[in-house]
Parts: sequence; structure tokens; C-alpha cells
Amino acid sequence: MIAAAVTRREPSSALLYVDDVTVSFDGFRALNGLSFYVDPGEMRAVIGPNGAGKTTMMDVITGKTRPDSGRVLFRDRYDLTAMDEAAIASIGIGRKFQKPTVFPQHSVFENLELALAGRRGVWPTLFARLDGRQRRRIDEVLDTIGLGAERTRPAGTLSHGQKQWLEIGMLLIQDPELLFLDEPVAGMTDAETAQTADLLRGIAGRHSIVVVEHDMEFVRALDVRVTVLHEGSVLAEGSLAHVQQDPRVIEVYLGR
Amino acid sequence: MSLSPDAARTSPLARIDRPGQTFLLLLLATAVAVPVLNLAVPPSSPFHVPSWLVPLFGKYLCYALLAVAVDLVWGFCGILSLGHGAFFALGGYAMGMYLMRQIGDRGVYGNAELPDFMVFLNWTELPWFWHGFDSFAFALVMVVLVPGLLALVFGWFAFRSRVTGVYLSIITQAMTFALMLLFYRNDTGFGGNNGLTDFKEILGFGIQADSTRAGLFVASALALGIGYVICRLVVTSRAGRVMMAIRDAESRARFLGYRVEHYKLFAFTLSAVLAGIAGALYVPQVGIINPREFSPASSIEIIIWVAVGGRGTLVGAVLGALLINYGKSYFTTVEPESWLFILGGLFIAVTLFFPRGILGSLAGWWGGWRAGRRAARAPAPAPAPSAVEEPAE
Amino acid sequence: MSRFTHSHRRPSALRSLARLAVLTLLAMAALVGPAEAQPDDALRALLPALAEGSYSDKGNAVIAFAATGDPRVVPVLEAMADRRLYTLAADGSVVIADEVDGGFLVRDPLTLEEIGVVAKAELEQVKTNNGLRSTIRDALGGLTLLGPDPAQRLAAASRVFGSRDAGALPALEAAIAAEEVEAVRDAMIRARAAVLLGSGDQEQRLAATDTLSGYTDPEVRSLLAAMMRGEADPQVRAAMEDALAAIERTLALWRFAGSLFEGFSMGSVLLLAAIGLAITFGVMGVINMAHGEMMMLGAYTTFVVQELFRLHAPAWFDWSLAVAIPAAFIVAAAVGVAIERSIIRWLYGRALETLLATWGLSLILQQAVRTIFGPNNREVGNPAFMQGALDLGSGLTLTYSRMYILAFCLIVFVGLILMMKRTPFGLQMRAVTANRPMAQAMGIRTGRVDAMTFGLGSGIAGLAGVALSQIDNVSPNLGQAYIIDSFLVVVFGGVGNLWGTFAGGMTLGVANKLLEPWSGAVLGKIIILVAVILFIQKRPRGLFALKGRAVEA
Repeated sequence: MIAAAVTRREPSSALLYVDDVTVSFDGFRALNGLSFYVDPGEMRAVIGPNGAGKTTMMDVITGKTRPDSGRVLFRDRYDLTAMDEAAIASIGIGRKFQKPTVFPQHSVFENLELALAGRRGVWPTLFARLDGRQRRRIDEVLDTIGLGAERTRPAGTLSHGQKQWLEIGMLLIQDPELLFLDEPVAGMTDAETAQTADLLRGIAGRHSIVVVEHDMEFVRALDVRVTVLHEGSVLAEGSLAHVQQDPRVIEVYLGR
Repeated sequence: MSLSPDAARTSPLARIDRPGQTFLLLLLATAVAVPVLNLAVPPSSPFHVPSWLVPLFGKYLCYALLAVAVDLVWGFCGILSLGHGAFFALGGYAMGMYLMRQIGDRGVYGNAELPDFMVFLNWTELPWFWHGFDSFAFALVMVVLVPGLLALVFGWFAFRSRVTGVYLSIITQAMTFALMLLFYRNDTGFGGNNGLTDFKEILGFGIQADSTRAGLFVASALALGIGYVICRLVVTSRAGRVMMAIRDAESRARFLGYRVEHYKLFAFTLSAVLAGIAGALYVPQVGIINPREFSPASSIEIIIWVAVGGRGTLVGAVLGALLINYGKSYFTTVEPESWLFILGGLFIAVTLFFPRGILGSLAGWWGGWRAGRRAARAPAPAPAPSAVEEPAE
Repeated sequence: MSRFTHSHRRPSALRSLARLAVLTLLAMAALVGPAEAQPDDALRALLPALAEGSYSDKGNAVIAFAATGDPRVVPVLEAMADRRLYTLAADGSVVIADEVDGGFLVRDPLTLEEIGVVAKAELEQVKTNNGLRSTIRDALGGLTLLGPDPAQRLAAASRVFGSRDAGALPALEAAIAAEEVEAVRDAMIRARAAVLLGSGDQEQRLAATDTLSGYTDPEVRSLLAAMMRGEADPQVRAAMEDALAAIERTLALWRFAGSLFEGFSMGSVLLLAAIGLAITFGVMGVINMAHGEMMMLGAYTTFVVQELFRLHAPAWFDWSLAVAIPAAFIVAAAVGVAIERSIIRWLYGRALETLLATWGLSLILQQAVRTIFGPNNREVGNPAFMQGALDLGSGLTLTYSRMYILAFCLIVFVGLILMMKRTPFGLQMRAVTANRPMAQAMGIRTGRVDAMTFGLGSGIAGLAGVALSQIDNVSPNLGQAYIIDSFLVVVFGGVGNLWGTFAGGMTLGVANKLLEPWSGAVLGKIIILVAVILFIQKRPRGLFALKGRAVEA
């Protein structure tokens, strides 16, 4: 009902189109008729109090959780509710977890190698070799995320912030059309946070990015359209300044 | 265990690391030396290897291959299979069936058509699944096919529904337990409790003959060597790195677009096939295969070989299998009461104090020592690494 | 009397001696008998009339004899009808005699005491004809059917059912009208139906068939089957067929009930075995492979307690379980806490490593028990109240030991549920299960909760061991036999919810026992294993799994 307040868009123009999605866990409605869209090249921030359904929303879009009802369309072609994680990843949707998740025993370079776009089957990877172009691509991303000097270090020994960047790099190297970042600056120092904001602004435009974040300073720094979730559906949408003035938002989230 | 980024570019041979090369050389030396010292050196010589030792060593090599197979799934893919003894036993039964058919009319009942135990059960004709086992080639195909197919079907069901961790371990254990019950039954048609035994010859060679035993020993060494090289090539390929990635962070791998279940299925099936081959070589050397090989306890014992030697090192699995089985042979003859205490103690000690096993710990010390030397030479402080995360289980 | 003889031909001196002995015996019987049973005189006085006069005289004598209603009449009349009643040629006294090797064994008809063996020539049979025998049977039937002892009336009814003698019908009718004991009346109605089944009247035969279809005992089935084969009337034949089918259905139902009971019994054992496992796995994420050995410890504790009772207080043996139950709980729980503090707490978050370490532990415990108690089965007794079985008829017997175990299991389960719901420890345990870091942050000493939980899980395994010692062999391998089944229960039921374990245990137990008659025990077990493996395809976290994000973190 609240979602109805948000302007309905034609699915064809949006990159991602989430329509009236509901998910329940043992009677608890994690998502309640959520409708939501992302335009090509857009960067979007999603905020909301704990339990608002942010992570569940990403779980549904990336194929981890099946919704009880509703549609999720990508590029107007793919019904994401019928696909699994690997298939969704392969059509160009990347996801960074809340807790930085890299392969701790692999080197930074290998982490990126595994993320590199390419065939993902057992047989091709058994005989895969890196060609010059792919190496250059890895080097390029290493530069972007500022981990060039750490290329041979096991990823498990990186600092928290470095792991976050490596994970973002692993998403970038896949060249996804749509990126989901779950709290990308959690646990980062202020300097690292600022660097991350720069990094994301730098890559926006070429990719659509959805950032789920608690850190208001960071959201302000991103300076993008903000969607506020509450109790599993969209409460408000617009610029940060706009939503911050919305009395309902102040009531449920900022006011507390 | 982190592999150099250039590993994949070099030739297959160079992908075998120093411990691997050492192991292969030692294996080659053993494969030559044992038969020569047994057959060509007279018994009076102190260098003579007595005939009874040859199949014992051969048995150890089969166990080592089995351990390598388990290390492939556990060490590199994070699948703790408590049912690998089943694949080993199935390979063994396939070979055992061939050996039974070779007995012909030399059995106790002198029935050329039926193995003794079927005569004993008053069966009048050979069950359908025994047909074809007269042929050695057919038996070899079955040695590979039966464990491989079981692993494929079982793994397909298990991995597809994302059964992981202890749940997977428990259902693999249930699998081998179910097979044990099945094979203990007389009506199943595999000799019930007694299994298959009293073999006479293999490919026309007397099974007790020294030369046959030497040949089987060499075959076991060869199988172990080839099995090791295959596993090594797999784990050093990008597919191997994907497997380790799955082991350490399964959902990350999934969200990168890898079909986790396909990789697991590949590793599991390859591993089952290697285990089956190990079983097939084991049976003619020990002269019997019975349902006890299916017991859950036997399968768990394989895990401790790998854990002691060093999980995820392949060579360590070989080392662990040899050490523990030598220990078992020694203690069960000298002090049978003590063996289970020792084995149980090993399980606890290894998990508590040496989770990386012998080879893993050695590699750790060696790495630490080298890092220390490097640090001494170039005193620039290395960036302080944050705590290494435990691999997600 | 002087011609009494022994079975073997002996020199005459010996024979005389034997005669003397028999004479003495008879004299003693005559002296002692009346002293023991005064009314004997009256009954004994009626005896000679049975052997005298015409058949109709004898008939009157039979009726008079039976009219006394004395239970001792029955063997006499039965013997008479079977032509086993004789008079001794020497003194005309009435005796019962049976042919034995080398002569006839003579017994007093009323006391049934053996008197001796005589040659055939010494005896004279009491003659009977059909009419007399019929009179006897009527008298017998009426007499015992109306006798004072319900057991005897029941026996009489079965006798009529067996003979299907139409002559007994009037007595039967009278008896049915008078009978007050339900079971006896039932047997009489059954007997009447059996008699009427042979009557000439179609109506009656149909009614009888209908009555008999309500009984399930094998005699009724074989009677109906036999009658059906000889039945000419197609209508009656069809009715009999239906009756047989109805009986089969009833029997199948009983068998099903029997399997159900066995299933619940097995389920209760599985539940007892699995519940501790489920608790430790649910709360701590620890798979305890030594869980089976905790059961073994419980069983051996029972053994030791019973040995102590046998040695020091054999009179109190029935109370041994009352001591063994807390003792087994304490022993197993103490060992559990020791294991948790010394090994498991170093391995939290590494479920697979815990699995291996506890397996090692199970090997050590097994070998330790083998070293101390020997490798063989140990004898653990059932207290008297747990022996025997409750027979519900129709082939359904419920052994008391299994019924007690079922009850015991339910008590333990309810106690556990109450503990989880009502006590502070239960609350802490649930908190740790739901969210360990949060519980820790709220000041719950998770280390202590872990130790207590593991102790509790082990203690319940110890209790399971007490129960198992009552129905299974107590040997060092006891735990191994149950551990895989308990794992399946946990996998099937899901963790973190005791009701899931309950449903898992009962489902597997019942499924196992329902499959068993159809597929055999081994194949049934294999089918269950495969079914569970397929089941966790659909629900990888079990029947009652927690859903949502928290579980996957």
C-alpha cells in the first residue's frame, strides 16, 4: 500500500524490476509486497532500520531466497525468481556480502582470477590458462582497488578494509551490469570510507549499483537517490535530503 | 597452500611441487626395489625382501591411493566423506567377482558354473549381475563404473540440495552403512558374511605366486603414482582453485557464478573412482573382500590417515596412510589391546594439536623459518596481517 | 485284591509284596481321603450306581451324579463317555484306568491319585451306548457350563466349540442366559455359533456365520474354512467367504496395531538415543560421535548397580533400576562434562573436527570398557514387574519391558521440555541456540551453558543406556549399533527443536516396523536410509528446521 505511493514504472525501461514481492519466514513477513526498480547506470542507496528487509531483498534478487509471490525481472528478459545464484551471477548481477567474503587461502591475484569473467564449468576451468589480456585485466582491477602491492598475499591476511575492496574488485572484474553492495564500509576507518565512496562514484555510470548502508555520512557522500525500506516494503524514495524530511521516515528510522 | 599465480601457465610436470617430486621418486625406487629384492636376491641375503612382505607393502600402497582420493574431496573440496570405504569396497568386490569366476571348478564343490557360496545356498544359476565377470576387461570397467556411478548419483542428490558439513558426513556414513547391511545378506549374492575369497589365479597367474605378487605390487605403485599425479594436476588447475574456493567460502563461489554442485560432483566422482581402483588392487593382494570393508568405522579410519599426514597436501595423505597402517600392523600383533587407544588418541591429538597434520605443520614451520630468514636479511617491517580467518566450515 | 500285580512279571514272592504295598496304599487312601474332603463321602456313595443296572439306570445315575455340581464330577463323566471308566473285578469299586505299557494304570476317580497298574483281566469296563453317552455329554455340558468356576465354564465352552455337539445346545442356551462374566459369555456365544454352523437351517447357519465373523482366533478361521469347503448352499457359502475376509481384515488391523506398537517402541528407543545428540548439536553445533558410548556407559552402570544389588541386597533387586537411572545419568553426564571441558571446547565452530575427535574418544571408551568388563555380552536382568507381556488376543502381545520404556521415554521427553521451557538453564540454553553472540553479550556464560548442555545430552544418553540394557545385549558395541540410527533421527527431525526429534524418532521407528513385515528387517532399514537421504533433498535442514537468515549465518 505504501509502495503505491512510489511512481510505477514501465518494466521495459528499468534494468531491474522488482514487483510486489513477498517473503515470509515462519509467519514473519521479511518482505511485504516490495516493489522497486533500478535504472541502467544508476547508483542507488537503500537504507532502513534493522529488519526492514534489506538483506532479504538482496537474497531474493540474487537467487538465494525464493519469494512466496511477486516478480523479479532483469533486463526485461530474465525472471530471477526462477534462477539459481550461479545463473544470476552469470547474467551480470554481482553481490558483495555484509561480512567481507573472499577466499582466504588464495592470493589476492587468484581471488581476482577466479572472479574473472569466463566460462565457469568444471571442464573449461580444468584446462584454463590465463592469457595476456586477462592478466592485464586483473592488473587493471588491482590498480582500481589499490591492492597492486598485495597481489601475492593470501587474502585471509588482508586488513578488513582491504578485504572489502578486494571483494568489490572481484565483482568489478566480472563486469556486471548490476552490483549489490551490502554495507561496503562497515568497519572501515573514515579515510577508507572516503576512498570507497570515491571508488564507487568512479565506477558508477558503467554499472548500476545498489548500496545497502547504515552509515548516513557515506550515503550523503555518495549523493544518489535513496530508497527507504521499512517492514519489508518501500517507505519513501528520493534524494537523501528529501527522504530525511519525510515525517514517516523520521518516525521509523531517523527519528529514533 | 596458496599457489603461485604462474602455476597454471607452466607445463603439467612442473605443477608437481618438491614434496611431490620426492614422493614420486621414492615410489619409483620402491616399485623397482621391492620386486627385485624379493625375486632376484636370494633369501640368504640380508637384503632379501621376504615374500609375505610384498603383498603387505602392496596393501599399504592401495590404502595410500585411497587416502589420496579422500584428500581430494576433503582437503580440497571440504567434503568430509565418511563413506569412502564403500567405493573402495565396491571396486574390491568387482575385482573379487572376477577372481571368483577364475576359480572355475577348483572350488570345494567343484562346480564350474557357480561359486562355492552359491552352491552352498542351493542356487541353481548365476545371478544376472555376475554375468560378464569372467572377463578381466569387463571387471576393470566395473571397478571404475560402479563406484563412479554410485558417487555420481549419490553426489547429485546430495550436492544439488546443498547438503553440506556434518549433514553430508552423516548421510555418507548412512550410505556405507546401508551397503554394509545389504552385503551382509546372503540373498544379495555377494557371499554374505564371508565375502569373496579362496581366489586361485588372476589373468592365468597363480595368485600366491611370488611373481604375481610382485606384479600386483608394481601395479599398485603405478596406480598410486598416476592417481597422485591426476589429483595434483586437478588441484593445481583453475578448477582446483575453484574447489578450494568452495571449501573456504562456498556462497562467495556461488555468487561468482560457479556451479558449486558440479565441482563437488566432479571431485567426489573422481575420488570414488580412485578409491574403487585402490580396492580392486587391494583384493588380490589380501586374498579376500568382505562386508566389513563397508563398516562406517573403516571409512572414518581413512579420514585419520589424511588428517595425520596433512589434509590438503596429497603427499601427506600417502604419508599418513603408510604410517598409521604400519602402526596398526605393528600394534595389533604386539599389543592388540592398545591399538584402539592409540588410534582414538591420534584422532583427538591431531584435531586438537596438529590440525594441519605432519606435512602441513612441517610446511608451516618451513615457511615461518624462511620468512624469518627473509625478515633478517631485509628488516623492513611487513604489513601486519590481520588475524587469519578460520576457513568457513 | 490279591491279584494285583506289577507291570513286570516277577517271582511270586515279589508279587505278593507288591500286592501288599498296593493294599496298604488303598487302605491309606481310604483313611486319609475322607479326612481331607468330607463331602467326598456323598459323592463317592453315588459312584457305584454309574456302573450298575441298565443303560437307563446308568443314565439316571449320571444325572443324579451331575446334579451335585461338584467339579470332581467332570473327569469321572468324561472318562465314562470315553469308555475309560472301569470297575475293579476284585471289589467292584469304580476307577478310571488308562492303558499303559504292560497293563492299565488305575486311578481313583475322585482324587485322581494313582493306585497302581493292573492287568486287563482285573478290570471290567463300564458299558455305555450312544444314548447314554449323549446323556453324559448333556450332563457334562450343562454341568460345567453352569459350574461355579468361571475358568471351568470357559473350558466347557471351548469343549463345546471343539465338539460342535448339537446335544449341548440347550445347556449352552441356559448357560448364556445365566452367564455374567463377559469373556465366558463370549466364548459360549462363539461355541453356540459353531454348533449352529452345522445345523440344517439356512437362517441359523447364516446367523452363526455372522456371529463368527466377529472372532479372529485361528480355530474360528479354520472352522469356517473347513465348513465352507463342505457347504452346499451358495448363499451360506458366500456368507462364510465374507466372514473369513472380514476376519482377515480384522487380523490385518491387529497386525498393523502390533507393528504400530513395535514402531512406537522402537521410536521411543531412537528418541531416547537421539535426543541428547539433538540437544548438543542444536545448542553447540557439535556432532558427538561418542554419544553411543555414553549410552553404553549408562548400560554398564546399570550392570554394575545390579551386580551390587545381587551381592548385597538381592531382596531389593526389583529396585535396582531406581538406583541405576540416576546413577547412569550422573556417570554419563560427568563423563560428558569432562569431555566438553577437555576436548570439545577447543573445537567450537569446527564441527567436522569435533566429529573426528569425538570418534577417537568413542574408540577409546569402547576399548576401555572392553578392557575392564571383557568383550562379551553382560547379563542385565529385568525387574519382575517388567517381565512378561500383556496379551490382547488376536496375536497381539505387548511386552511390559517395552511398555515401560515407552513410558520412560515419554517421561524423559516431557521432563526435558519442561526443563527447557520453565527453568533458567533451559532459557539460557534456548538463548544460546538462537543466537550465541547475542546471548554472550547479554551476560550468559556460554561456556558454562555449553558444559551443562553437553552434560545434559550425555546424561540423557546414559538414561537411554538404562533403557537399552533392558531390551538389548550390553556389550562394548552397544553404542555403535544405535549411533547411525540416532544420527538419522536428528538429520530427519532437524535440530533446535525437540518436537522435531520426537517426530523424527517416532516416524523412523514406526516406518521401520511397518516396512519390516513387508520387506524384511535389513531391506526395511535400507529403504529408510534411502528415504531419509531423499527426504533431506527436499528439506536439507530436517523436518522442523528453523527458517530464515539467522540459521545460515
